[in-house]
Amino acid sequence: MADKRITEDDVVAELTDGMTIGIGGWGSRRKPMSLVRAIARSSLRDLTIVAYGGPDIGLLCALGKVRKAVYGFVSLDSIPLEPHFRLARQAGAIEAVEMDEGMLQWGLYAASLRLPFLPTRAGLGSDVFRSMPGLKTVRSPYDDGEELVAVPALPLDVALVHVHRADAAGNGQLLGPDPFFDDLFCMAAKKRFVSCEQLVETADFPKHGPLQTQRIHRAMVDGVVEAKRGAHFTSCDPDYGRDEAFQRIYAATAGDPAAFAAFKARYLDAPTHADYLKAVDER
Amino acid sequence: MSDHTLDELCAVACAEAFRGDGEILASPIGVVPSIGARLAKATFSPDLLLTDGVASLVANVMPVGVDDAPKVVEGWMPYRAIFDLVWHGRRHVMMGATQIDRYGNQNIACIGPLERPKAQLLGMRGAPGNTVCHPTSYWIPQHSTRSFVAKVDVVTGVGHDRARAAGPAATRFHALRRVVTNLAVLDFETPDGAMRLRSVHPGVGVDDVVKATGFELTIPASVPTTRAPTDEELRLLREVIDPKGLGKRELATK
Repeated sequence: MADKRITEDDVVAELTDGMTIGIGGWGSRRKPMSLVRAIARSSLRDLTIVAYGGPDIGLLCALGKVRKAVYGFVSLDSIPLEPHFRLARQAGAIEAVEMDEGMLQWGLYAASLRLPFLPTRAGLGSDVFRSMPGLKTVRSPYDDGEELVAVPALPLDVALVHVHRADAAGNGQLLGPDPFFDDLFCMAAKKRFVSCEQLVETADFPKHGPLQTQRIHRAMVDGVVEAKRGAHFTSCDPDYGRDEAFQRIYAATAGDPAAFAAFKARYLDAPTHADYLKAVDER
Repeated sequence: MSDHTLDELCAVACAEAFRGDGEILASPIGVVPSIGARLAKATFSPDLLLTDGVASLVANVMPVGVDDAPKVVEGWMPYRAIFDLVWHGRRHVMMGATQIDRYGNQNIACIGPLERPKAQLLGMRGAPGNTVCHPTSYWIPQHSTRSFVAKVDVVTGVGHDRARAAGPAATRFHALRRVVTNLAVLDFETPDGAMRLRSVHPGVGVDDVVKATGFELTIPASVPTTRAPTDEELRLLREVIDPKGLGKRELATK
């Protein structure tokens, strides 16, 4: 099996301006933050970010990396409204595609199954049609004749997800209470990069969790980055919870350019994930 | 009847929204709705399913805001399973609403134009799918003309007029049940699905509700008073479900 181990910077080298990047996790939970920070350090721009959004979207908006965001919500969970994202929206700095959460799943699922769309009731009668001007309905060809929303496939150039355990071949294991939609992000994307809390031997997966936790397999993954505490400051249960104190520091920098510049210099500009963790632990 | 506070009255009104729902998932968003759903399960709607807010279905009635409380997990309910359940229909959500209009259209996305909002809020979340797939109620802790508006800026949750305009696929499972506020309980039991005053809380006049509402409400000839908590409900609320008094705090901070 191929050895797919790479670094955060190797992942960024695979990305180009204007790409559509899907990011796994949910809100401020199990986000691949070491990869997000690597994008933050890069010269990349004009990105389209697709996510159940949290500080991934907020941080990249704050740094002017985002041209367009596609989301069901953007939230820090314990801080319901993501302040950096709000500022970007209220400044008209990004194009926003607001979808129903289930529609977003359906778009990723359609892309992963190579279908042009999938039908659903979700979105009917709502302003999702204003937020997605090209959105169309489709009539059931069967006797019911129901007119349903045709959620267009949401193909991704790249997927970034953070898992608990992975092996060098790209098999991934999700040990937390919710796998979210990470497998769909991987299957909807052309290039798939996974960061993990810990690299393990393939034979050792059963020591960490039951078979059902091995949700990501190597045909869904092109590169693996080992990043212990790689989801920090978002939660990565059961390995660690959210760093609420640090999240509050991050949130408080919104709308305060000097504070954000200091935050960026201290944490985001740290050249490696290890340097970032050192700065976090020394605060 | 012993003295009760406004948050306790509202929690009972939220609980009443889930009466008769049977074996479905109750998804309360917010503190007072969570207290209400747990009260309903502890009393007159014992078959309700509830989650711990993460990914477990919990068989016992847990106190709100006590993270280490004993938990009897009866099932796994990650977001993907919730999404399936939403479209399957065995669910009743009680959401918040920054704005709501006469026909029950809800906005939690943003204030001002979608393209460049004056205030970005949560986004659509699950509101479009929830409202056309299964019963929906709302909890609005500050009843005012800012929240009860003639026209919402963005339709996230779908109201009766918009569902009708979208056709039979949208109305088929559309069911708006109750709106509980700090002043009153409202419903949509009118011929055209316009909002109706169902009851006023003790000490609140019909005129107070009318003044705080930015559209024409349907007012029945006689408007009852929202029912007070029973002694047993008050005991459950204070000793079991909300020992820290978080419901009071939610009403105070809004």
